[in-house]
Amino acid sequence: MARVKLVRIAHARSGDKGDTANVGLSALRPEYYPILAAEVTAERVKKHFAEICQGKVERFELPNLGALNFLLHEALDGGGTLSLKADAQGKTYSAALLRMEIDVPDELLPKDPV
Amino acid sequence: MIRIANGQGFWGDSLEAPLEQIRRGPIDYLTLDYLAEITMSILQKQRSRDPRTGYARDFVDMVGRGAVDIVKRGVKVVANAGGVNPEACRDAVSKALNHPGTKIGVVAGDDIMGRLDDLIAHGVELKNMETGESLATIRPRVQSANVYFGAAAIADALAKGAQIVITGRTTDTGLVLGPMMHEFQWARDDWDKLAAGTIAGHTVECGAQCTGGNCQVDWQSIPNFADIGYPVIEAEPGGTFAITKHAGTGGRVTVASVKEQLLYEMGDPHEYITPDCVADFTSIQLKQDGPDRVRFSGIRGKPATTMYKVSISYSAGFKAVGTLMYSWPDAYAKAKAADQILRQRLDRLGLRFDAVRSEFPGANACHGSLAGDPAPDIAEVILRIGVRGQDKAAVERFTKEIAPLALNGPPTVTGLGSGRPKVEEIVAYWPALIPKSEVSPQISIQET
Repeated sequence: MARVKLVRIAHARSGDKGDTANVGLSALRPEYYPILAAEVTAERVKKHFAEICQGKVERFELPNLGALNFLLHEALDGGGTLSLKADAQGKTYSAALLRMEIDVPDELLPKDPV
Repeated sequence: MIRIANGQGFWGDSLEAPLEQIRRGPIDYLTLDYLAEITMSILQKQRSRDPRTGYARDFVDMVGRGAVDIVKRGVKVVANAGGVNPEACRDAVSKALNHPGTKIGVVAGDDIMGRLDDLIAHGVELKNMETGESLATIRPRVQSANVYFGAAAIADALAKGAQIVITGRTTDTGLVLGPMMHEFQWARDDWDKLAAGTIAGHTVECGAQCTGGNCQVDWQSIPNFADIGYPVIEAEPGGTFAITKHAGTGGRVTVASVKEQLLYEMGDPHEYITPDCVADFTSIQLKQDGPDRVRFSGIRGKPATTMYKVSISYSAGFKAVGTLMYSWPDAYAKAKAADQILRQRLDRLGLRFDAVRSEFPGANACHGSLAGDPAPDIAEVILRIGVRGQDKAAVERFTKEIAPLALNGPPTVTGLGSGRPKVEEIVAYWPALIPKSEVSPQISIQET
């Protein structure tokens, strides 16, 4: 097992709906999806975003796309025009999630850092 | 097969993209999305000052510049550029096109601002979908109220012979699904096909964000961002389609670039609700089908709901944001000290706000403590401080407390070139639902 940042095995995009941010997390290769599904739970994401996300975190699975979708409630200082955040639409939360560290079996580890 | 191009992901997107979409390859339809939630209230204000305005002026300029090609190539154009005044938009477009005999369709009827009290009186509460609060709590502050119509009215306008369709508040996805419903004569309860068209629309609604723009996978190798191609849908009658872009343009269309966009602004992927259907994103099958080409298949949908979504905007106070930039040495410590000093001064002035927020771009504004501690010798850090409140005078006073720090606070500060920050009125967004039986789109066709 190796402890690596999610950015090694996944990519992501994030956006907003009101005060809720969404982060879509996709496996860079199909064989990484089961790792994402097992490791990147709603609880872990809530803990990871503890400072940013004041509400609950919901997770949805899209095995057909090798992807997970997370909803981070109360994460945008009111959202939209109310928000005083520089990133009022949570556009960089995708990269924030990719900072998370997870365990990946050695044999699945990508050779070159992505 | 028909080709549907998107040339505008939001009002403010590239002015050249729509023209390039028409000129650099074959397309049957050009779709353009101009309306964000906040846009309607801005347009409402413009129209109250001048009844001939209240629509997306950029669209009229685009039609003027592209008129010769639109006419010569017979490209059909569908845009939600009408804002709160689609008829005035049509008149301006008609003039800009300057070509007799072209039919322009208008889809209106989405503006329910004048009916709000009637609706509330007969029991349509327009409660906030997120908080459950009654509209009565903000009724006097409402600035605009528009129903999101779907694809059906666009398909109807096309069936009546319109070459250009201008709508008020329509869903982004409807701009794409409408042409498919019309061309392929899809039944209005053929849920799988309607879902396919909806998902095609979602994929292209943010323009180049599905053709390599904002793509995290191997972004440094994405070719020629300067000439990035916007998306083109090759749609088939059976509900399958491919996403591609014109040959010779920059950018990249891969399963990865498309997948990122599919999940953008996504809620529950099993239930993507539009006025036309409920699309299931967990049914999508993607396949790379040659260079810069991704095929979609397997899409399933469910029946549409009985409600339309309503976008209501209301005045919600005032805000202002100011910045100061500190250089090495101790850049982060200086910016943090300035933040404390400023807050003490606001307190001493007795100013009260609903929120005061400080961030430090260059150090951790995007990711907070997830970014870790900034390097001790960091070259520069910005203090970005904002306030929000109901009292305009207090927010105004705040904007006058930033500049003095250039002379009476921590050293080596700059970045005040543009003067005092501006006080902005906050126009907030109130999402609600209305039964479909309460409103219907009004379609009219006029020949230039």
